[in-house]
Amino acid sequence: MIVHLAILPILIPLIGGLLMLLPPFAGPLKYQYRRVAALSLMLMQLACSIYLMLMVVQNGAIMYAVGDWQPPFGIILYADQLAAMLLVLTSLLGLAITMYSFAGIDRKGKYFHPLVQFQLLGIYGAFLTNDLFNLFVFFEVLLIASYTLLMHGGGKQKTEANVHYVILNLVGSSLFLFALGTLYGVTGTLNIPDMAMRITELSSSNQLIAQAGGSLLLIVFGLKAAMLPLHFWLPQTYAAASAPVAALFAIMTKVGVYCIFRVYTVIFGEQAGELANMIQMWVWPLALLTIGAGAVGALASNNLRTLAGNFVIISVGTLLIAFALRTPQATAAGLFYLVHSTLITAALFLIADMIGQQRGKALDYFVVARKIKQQAMLGILFVLAAMAVAGLPPFGGFLGKLLVLQSAIGSNEIVWVWTIILLPSLISIIVLSRAGTTLFWRNTPSFDADELPGVSKWQLGGTLLLISASPLIALFGNSIVEYSNSAALQLHDVDYLIDVMNLGGNTQ
Amino acid sequence: METVYVICVGVLTFCRVFLCLRGRTFSVVLGLTMLSYAVNLFLFSSGRLNLKDAAILGMAKTYADPLPQALTLTAIVIGFAMIAFVVILAMRARADLGNDYVDGSQPADTDKLLKPTRDKV
Repeated sequence: MIVHLAILPILIPLIGGLLMLLPPFAGPLKYQYRRVAALSLMLMQLACSIYLMLMVVQNGAIMYAVGDWQPPFGIILYADQLAAMLLVLTSLLGLAITMYSFAGIDRKGKYFHPLVQFQLLGIYGAFLTNDLFNLFVFFEVLLIASYTLLMHGGGKQKTEANVHYVILNLVGSSLFLFALGTLYGVTGTLNIPDMAMRITELSSSNQLIAQAGGSLLLIVFGLKAAMLPLHFWLPQTYAAASAPVAALFAIMTKVGVYCIFRVYTVIFGEQAGELANMIQMWVWPLALLTIGAGAVGALASNNLRTLAGNFVIISVGTLLIAFALRTPQATAAGLFYLVHSTLITAALFLIADMIGQQRGKALDYFVVARKIKQQAMLGILFVLAAMAVAGLPPFGGFLGKLLVLQSAIGSNEIVWVWTIILLPSLISIIVLSRAGTTLFWRNTPSFDADELPGVSKWQLGGTLLLISASPLIALFGNSIVEYSNSAALQLHDVDYLIDVMNLGGNTQ
Repeated sequence: METVYVICVGVLTFCRVFLCLRGRTFSVVLGLTMLSYAVNLFLFSSGRLNLKDAAILGMAKTYADPLPQALTLTAIVIGFAMIAFVVILAMRARADLGNDYVDGSQPADTDKLLKPTRDKV
């Protein structure tokens, strides 16, 4: 059992999702069955990923060779501290949005829960795999699930957003294959650590080809992560998606960021000879501009969902800065920030949906409208989320930003980093207070609002689960910082990875 | 052989870029199909092109690299599924939005660009 632990997070949603398509669970009237199944599957995944994390901390990274084909030939799953941490984060997010969807959104289509499972399967797989082609396959799994989830609920707006999203991502997938072909052509391997070893031994003409392939990969990951010139799809797509789906998508951009961290630290990292840190000079300006674009977008947003989408872009930019600093400390700061920002932006999408439910046709647009029915409760939730996302002191967001700022001390770009991170924080506070004032205080004379639905306990539970993460992260800050520090060190230690893979004697 | 191969991949990719930049979903879908063909050919060639070699070790002096063949096979399957999805999505968008423009509505000045107004003629 313990040997197969690394593949369990992939198998549980795969088998569970397939079973949910079969008779006892299938059919529009059997939604209660599906809910029970979905909830128990999510709990299983959460337990499994926490157990995996504990095991990884105790015994070091786990290498799992599928079908016992040893590296560099077989398909390898590799669970280190970074992957384990992201698995826990994903399953927690999955649990929260599954709970939220029980309020009724999951009844708009009979395949909601299976699709969420398949989406999670793709995300877990992308975090766990250590083979570039396998990464492509898991990308496709999570993408095709996200295409269909985006359509969940139907409607003009969703179709329009989905057409853009699907076409862009299909082009992105093809570029991914071009990049893979190029890299395989020069290195003759797809295994990430094996490629890292071979990339140093290339002739200079082959190095150029490898550089082209590596740069193409950056475009692909940048598209997933919504890096600057490739971010235009994000606000519209996230605003169109139904709330739990948008919240789940908050982790999807992080998959792109994770791949940038993994691939460009291991393959094109410090030890890559001529190609060492080859994309750093690109990522620097793009990261700064991404934050700028997110901040401008936040100022221009006319509803809370679009605003949350722009916060996703800002968080991606901050993570890319943490990447571009290229030190383990900066990576650790980025990881800490990643956990917090994912959960809180997801919570913001859910809050936007609950507010929208209680304002009639005005939804969550920043216009004068009727009073929100449960104003006090939603107001408190909104203030908590807003303080966390803007990075105000008592919460985890503050710590995350502080760590990123601290890790920039000593580098030449410190002026840029501090300005570009702090200025958007100010803008976030302005935008959020403006949004809150309009949503909660500028009301038309109140009339009977009894026919509007209240917030169900499932919705509240899911949102609280996400929001409570913020003070908890601040409370247990010390141990989380320690964990992310060692995860970052493990990521940067390529020799350790090669050692775990038993590739040490294989150099030619 | 390499030259012909390169020209094929290049022409396919060129057509795809042109088609994907069009404003209507039909040509974009065609473009995406061509792109998936181009990508499959490209991926196949990453194991080097050689004639009359089987992917069997130990029976002959030279052999073909079996891995790109497996990759191409996987890419074909995934590509088919994605194209099927995008075709259905395009039809759904045609039904939902009432037109087949990628942006969901006809650009304001398309008519002027395509044909001069009657008054001037």
